[in-house]
Amino acid sequence: MSQRVTRSSRLSQGAAVLGLLVLILLAAAPWWAGRADMRLMGEIFLYLSLATLWNLLAGYAGLVSVGQQAYVGLGGYALFALTILAGVPALWAIPLAGLLGALVAVPVAALIFRLRGAYFAIGTWVIAEVFRLGAAQVSALGGGSGTSLPADVVRAMASGRDAREALAYWLALGVAMAVIGLAFAILRSRLGLALMALRDNELAARSLGINIWRTKFIVYVATAGLTTLIGALIFVQKLRISPDAGFSVNDWTAFVIFIVVIGGIGTLEGPIIGTLVFFALRETMADMGSVYLIALGVVAIVVMLRAPAGIWGLIRARTGAELFPISHRVRGTTTKETADGKKA
Amino acid sequence: MDWINAIVQGTLLGGLYALFAAGLSLIFGVMRLVNIAHGDLIVLAAYLGLTLSTALGIHPLLALGLVVPIMALLGYALQRGILNHTLGDDILPPLLVTFGLSVILQNGLLEIYSADPQKLQAGAIETASLRLGELALGYLPLLMFAASVAIIAALQWMFYHTALGRAFRATSDRQDVAQLMGLNRAHVFGLAMALALAVTAVAGVFLGIRTSFDPSIGGGRLIFGFEAVIIGGLGNIWGTLAGGVILGIGQSLGAQINPGWQVLAGHLVFLAIIAIRPRGLFPRMDG
Repeated sequence: MSQRVTRSSRLSQGAAVLGLLVLILLAAAPWWAGRADMRLMGEIFLYLSLATLWNLLAGYAGLVSVGQQAYVGLGGYALFALTILAGVPALWAIPLAGLLGALVAVPVAALIFRLRGAYFAIGTWVIAEVFRLGAAQVSALGGGSGTSLPADVVRAMASGRDAREALAYWLALGVAMAVIGLAFAILRSRLGLALMALRDNELAARSLGINIWRTKFIVYVATAGLTTLIGALIFVQKLRISPDAGFSVNDWTAFVIFIVVIGGIGTLEGPIIGTLVFFALRETMADMGSVYLIALGVVAIVVMLRAPAGIWGLIRARTGAELFPISHRVRGTTTKETADGKKA
Repeated sequence: MDWINAIVQGTLLGGLYALFAAGLSLIFGVMRLVNIAHGDLIVLAAYLGLTLSTALGIHPLLALGLVVPIMALLGYALQRGILNHTLGDDILPPLLVTFGLSVILQNGLLEIYSADPQKLQAGAIETASLRLGELALGYLPLLMFAASVAIIAALQWMFYHTALGRAFRATSDRQDVAQLMGLNRAHVFGLAMALALAVTAVAGVFLGIRTSFDPSIGGGRLIFGFEAVIIGGLGNIWGTLAGGVILGIGQSLGAQINPGWQVLAGHLVFLAIIAIRPRGLFPRMDG
């Protein structure tokens, strides 16, 4: 019996078909969902995108950042500055914000890559604080109390409120799909192989000729740019920004970290499951206020201590299942199928 | 004269920052753990001081006699119960678990004490000051600075002249060999966290006397402490004091230029120092 190496499996092909059907259904949401449901789904897609990006950063590149709110807030402020101060149409301001985020990330990376491990994490937080305090000094955008997106900027986005809400929804859906697609493409590429090698053993990866600094730098700048773009989208939905809302460590980093940890860090499936769990919890417990946040913290600690690979990690350890075909499998050997786990 | 005054006041403020940092520095030195919940533990100590001093009707500085042992016990329990299970080669578990702890502490305090700002009332000493020419030195900031220097000197002495300090240094150098020599690693780490939180207790009560506080300010205090540690250089406890003073002076000079720039100026001093000397000014060990 001949042996061959494949990446896809019957499960991943089935998942792809099912995923496509769900995507078509979601894309048609403006015709079947109410306004409140669409807003919620839009928020889910944006959190899914943030979680996927943080997972790429921390779960694959080993860059544990607790300061991604720097870029979410930067995106929001870039949107407001470009539309209010420079008169750029909102739809153009969103990709421009992403570009600006990537540019800003270059000197930031050069500076904070000097800190290692856990100190890198707190260094990213310092950067976010600098951005927050800086934004509070911009009096043209309301200083410390923030500002709203002017009505004419909002009206120029689309004709009518329904059309605008549908547009914001599709943008969120489109960005989530693009971010997941990009993460998938990166992980299947040479860069992804380098990332997984350095995640598993940095010293061994370096001895195989992988330029660690460069690999991490590329991932940091790319995720920063995309996070900034998502930040602009988030505040297109919110229509109002203040330094505390834009650069909130709880909203844009704590929740995102909990999503990834609970779902399963270092897998593409993890953030998806984590986002669904997070929103299911939030929708049922949100009126309990801070008790809900305490419960979330407890769940994250228990998962980290008892099941560090998260929900998806538990499923994969039992079944070897992989919805996104990233690892290679050898077929046709005596054992029917060898899933080599996370090591591609 | 304003500038000299800003430098003097900044130096005194720096003593408090060094106290924020001393606990962080100690546990990083002994077990390479960076505790994201450190700032929230400082705030917890301030609230403990508030509850004890109002319930017993005693001066907040006297309440320290209770806050310090309570925080130390909490530290030992926290280390043995949770944090010891996160230690290993991977930096992710301790970071994420302490991040979760931080969220729990913040929201727990919010639930109990609400978001209203609180302050510890220290009485007449709060406004009394020593006049030196045109400078006015508050007795309270002077007392806090002296206490910080004394605590840091005591930590330094403990580290190099006692059996406990020898145990800390041994586990810091080689955990497995220290274990073979009969040291119980889990217990040594527990003691280190107990000591760190005892220092944190003093820092928290001082913070509460000096300014008003609410459950959300922990993150900011963690960052000040962290900046003092990095500016001073890892593993050097006197360096941490120097780092705190540099940060305090940076902040008060920033505030002198524009009141809105106080905290921002401190962060910029920190970023400038890691740009020039990434290992800090007086490093003794690698990160």
